[in-house]
Amino acid sequence: MSDELTALRDELEGAVLAAGSLDALEDVRVRALGRRGSVTELMKSLGQAAPEERRERGQALNRLKQAVSDAIDARKAALADVELERRLAAERIDITLAARPAPEGSLHPISQTIDEITQIFGEMGFRWAEGPDIEDDWYNFTALNIPPEHPARQEMDTFYLAAEDGSARPVLRTHTSPVQIRTMLSEPPPLRVIVPGRTYRSDHDATHSPMFHQVEGLAIGKSIHMGHLKGCLIAFCRAFFGVADLPVRFRPSHFPFTEPSAEVDIGCTREGGQLRIGAGGDWLEILGSGMVHPKVIANCGLDPEEWQGFAFGMGIERIAMLKYGIPDLRTMYDSDLRWLRHYGFRPLDIPGLIAEAAE
Amino acid sequence: MKFTFSWLKDHLDTEASLEEVCEALSMLGLEVDGVEDRAKDFAPFLAARVLAAEPHPQADRLRVCLVDTGTEEVQVVCGAPNARAGMMGVFAPSGSWIPGSALRLKKAAIRGVESNGMLLSERELGVSDEHEGIVELPAETPLGAPYARVAGLDDPVIEIGLTPNRSDCAGIRGIARDLAARGLGRLKGVPGWGETVPGAFESPVAVRLELGENPEACPLFAGRHFRGIRNGPSPKWVQDRLRAVGLRPISALVDITNYFTMDMGRPLHVFDADRLDGDVVVRMGRDGEEIDALDGRSYTADATMTLICDEAKGNAFGGIIGGEATGCTEDTVNVFLESALFDPVRTAATGRKIGVLSDARYRFERGVDPTSAVAGMEAATRMILDFCGGEASEPVVAGGEPEWRRSYRLRAGRVESLGGVAVPAERSIEILQGLGFEVEGEGEDISAAPPPWRPDILGEADLVEEVLRVQGFEHIPVADFPAPTVLPAPALTRAASRAAKLRRALATHGMAEAVTFSFMPARRASLFGGGEAVLRLDNPISSDLDCMRPSLLPNLLDAARRNADGGRTAGALFEVGPVFRPGAAAIEPDGQLQAAGGIRWGTTPRHWSERPRPVDALDAKADALAALAAVAAPVDKLRVTADAPAWFHPGRSGVLRLGTVALAHFGELHPRVLEAFDASGPMAAFEAFPAAAPTPRARAGGKLRPALNRSAFQPVERDFAFVVAEDVDAGSVLRAVRGADKALIADAAVFDIYRGKGVATGSKSLAVAVTLQPHDATLTDADLEAASARIVAAVAKATGAVLRG
Repeated sequence: MSDELTALRDELEGAVLAAGSLDALEDVRVRALGRRGSVTELMKSLGQAAPEERRERGQALNRLKQAVSDAIDARKAALADVELERRLAAERIDITLAARPAPEGSLHPISQTIDEITQIFGEMGFRWAEGPDIEDDWYNFTALNIPPEHPARQEMDTFYLAAEDGSARPVLRTHTSPVQIRTMLSEPPPLRVIVPGRTYRSDHDATHSPMFHQVEGLAIGKSIHMGHLKGCLIAFCRAFFGVADLPVRFRPSHFPFTEPSAEVDIGCTREGGQLRIGAGGDWLEILGSGMVHPKVIANCGLDPEEWQGFAFGMGIERIAMLKYGIPDLRTMYDSDLRWLRHYGFRPLDIPGLIAEAAE
Repeated sequence: MKFTFSWLKDHLDTEASLEEVCEALSMLGLEVDGVEDRAKDFAPFLAARVLAAEPHPQADRLRVCLVDTGTEEVQVVCGAPNARAGMMGVFAPSGSWIPGSALRLKKAAIRGVESNGMLLSERELGVSDEHEGIVELPAETPLGAPYARVAGLDDPVIEIGLTPNRSDCAGIRGIARDLAARGLGRLKGVPGWGETVPGAFESPVAVRLELGENPEACPLFAGRHFRGIRNGPSPKWVQDRLRAVGLRPISALVDITNYFTMDMGRPLHVFDADRLDGDVVVRMGRDGEEIDALDGRSYTADATMTLICDEAKGNAFGGIIGGEATGCTEDTVNVFLESALFDPVRTAATGRKIGVLSDARYRFERGVDPTSAVAGMEAATRMILDFCGGEASEPVVAGGEPEWRRSYRLRAGRVESLGGVAVPAERSIEILQGLGFEVEGEGEDISAAPPPWRPDILGEADLVEEVLRVQGFEHIPVADFPAPTVLPAPALTRAASRAAKLRRALATHGMAEAVTFSFMPARRASLFGGGEAVLRLDNPISSDLDCMRPSLLPNLLDAARRNADGGRTAGALFEVGPVFRPGAAAIEPDGQLQAAGGIRWGTTPRHWSERPRPVDALDAKADALAALAAVAAPVDKLRVTADAPAWFHPGRSGVLRLGTVALAHFGELHPRVLEAFDASGPMAAFEAFPAAAPTPRARAGGKLRPALNRSAFQPVERDFAFVVAEDVDAGSVLRAVRGADKALIADAAVFDIYRGKGVATGSKSLAVAVTLQPHDATLTDADLEAASARIVAAVAKATGAVLRG
């Protein structure tokens, strides 16, 4: 490259670097590479050069043009970066401000507990069955071997609705057990069902609510015995409370609709006034169970010599309170937003036996 | 049922510890509710002598005592007026737990004088309310002796919760029998039980059963007349035992009846024979008949109740409570003893009606051993003569022992096939015999006749239970109970599945799930279309809970009001649950309806990014649509009508319908409804009835989705501003837009509403964005012009709209 071109290149590169803005840079580009630009003019004059010089000068001019063009591009990118930096700096916002509100709701612990129960018994082949809250006396009592004079039928325990013209008064079901009867009457055995639902008793104090939730279980087959009852309920208790070695105890008891009958206790400790579920010196009663009474099976049109099985019932509020440390039954129905947020569950906390991270 | 350990040992010869007995009781089905072991609680408290009691230098009322505990001499500051040198008291050392004061005793300086322990009052011991002074023990009490033993309080008291079938264990005898059968000892004989006491004279009082058509009300009445007795206090051991099980000793005669009630489960009653007018008559009550009972209260009898009367009047409710006028007192000289049988059902019904829960009723309503009527009368005769002297008449017996003998077959293998544990036939027989059954047969076929004290045994399953509970449920091997198939099948019903989806959808939508009662006050139910007679409770617990709810909204509204009153001035609640509709169908078993409802109250959050605004009907509409979408209702096919129920604001509410079927209603609640709930607005609510939505039908392809049709051509968006009258709703405009070219118009939405300059008063301008989606070719300008013209014409025709200039 001739000295002349080198000088021009140095001058133009100096001008590019000196350009403080994209506009100034564009001026430099026009001055150098525009239609009348210094480099363009030199390119135009190439035709007048001697043929023997033309090739070499052409190459030199092309290199010059390329060098200036590269310098402009580089400068443009640098100026754009600076420009962007400046803009971004100006666009700064206060990131400590609160995010836009997107309130998340919650699920009631009773609903969550029902879903948990469904998962566990579902794995053991139980499916849901349902019945009405307003029940017929026969399903709620008579068919379950609860005779008319039984104390449970008295007004002090059972809510009745007004009778219509001489017919028996409907009752608010006092347990989910009538659905045992409805299921056995409507479907052929073998059967495995659970019945979570609302139940009603005429009781209202610190530990009793006039409405509460129960889950009933019923398993009917030809050779289901008390060993299976134990196996099923031990598996449930350990899975539900998440304590693999949870002690479970079966104690003889009495219910009109089962024979033999058993109360089920789980192990706990009460050290330091704090109740903890697990192996310990103490026991906590959590549910009632037993082999379905032959009369109940017969009341459903099945032959108790052929079909037998077990049934159980537990209070959903009670096991939820134990599992989650909820101290007061009555607060379950208060609908206090603070309580619902504190004891409630996130909507996507869907219980599942295998859909959880292993410990 | 309460009893003491030593009383139990009257019947049970055992070496078992208290802990072993309690464990065995629970495993027999006699659940131990509590054990009071005062020997343990009172272990630190010792008999101690006060050697000196000097005035406290700083306090007039206090004394500084020097106490000899038997092992050391300690200084104790005491405020009791009776503290004096030479007396024997009860000393509690520092560090011991004082039950009556519920505190742990610490070494302390009281007004500058060191005190190492305490001399206790009865109240501090927790044995009575007496706090006038410290306990004074007899002077001869051995120094250092444990207080519990000195006071006769070292007998542990056990309380069991009796299931209603076990009437036999309402007597200590039955409890002992169960324990012996389980191998915890040997059942002893009962001295005097089954023996007869000869009479010295013929009873001047006869007994007549005049029960008419209800002979079962009192099938048997055994009695005796006594003369010349002295009804002083009963012996100390009887009083101690009664007191320990929570009964107040009264007099020898009354204490004897209570003793047999507890000991043998045999209630008795004693009449002052001199206050009886002629013979004893057992008859049904007369409606309105007044009985003055032993508890000092008056009760009204009716014709269903069994009364024990004399010739003149009713004296007692049979099997429940005696009468005041014929009760025994310290002055009683001549006595008539009653040992009868009363019908359990009638006893329970009468007891409930008059509201008396006595020890006698507790036993008779469960069923008392019919053979104990005569045996109990004889044994009590012996005790009355022993304690009170005098003479007994010949027995007086009316009626007879009802038939109780029966037997049931037990196939020995049934224990295993029902109970899951193999028990040899001989062992089953041994257990049943231990419980008092008469057993015949051998090998597989066993015949067992229940003893008279077990009215609850009614079949083979009951025999299996007896064998199992004595053998021990803990010996039943745990058997796996896996699902019958390797993988479980879906478990939910359609309604349960819908409920689960609704809950999680509404929670995701920002609402907190509430669970409220299924009932509510009838006066408010009528505001929500309910409160009809068929859905009212016959026996409500209170007038606030006397009616089944016709809607989820009233209880949610009340909950919202409570939250707002508590300062939670904005929020959102929902519930998924049953509602009960008025009309005959509603009380049929399936007349209840699954609903999902929600309420929002207050204003949207105050936030830097947007201005707060009160919640409104369209918030509730969004909630309703979220609920319906969650149960796969075809939300894009719904139409909105403005005929929501009366509990909504008439101008700010609507119904979402599929065809004519209402799937949900929503809106702001009516101001009069808010007022009735003492709530202040704004409150916006919805209620959806997912069961009304069509169930997604199984398509021919099962879960296969139809092929996706994606157009290859650019969609075009065009905006229109339509000026319409105020009363033209957006839905009509959009419907007209869509109807202009159903194939081409993919979407239409209102994005602005303008009133003001350029738009005549009484009109509004709706800005509508229309998306045109060609399927066959890119839209040309001419296509667009044509489509726009069709849209404008269609809207003009339907709504009278003109394009805004």
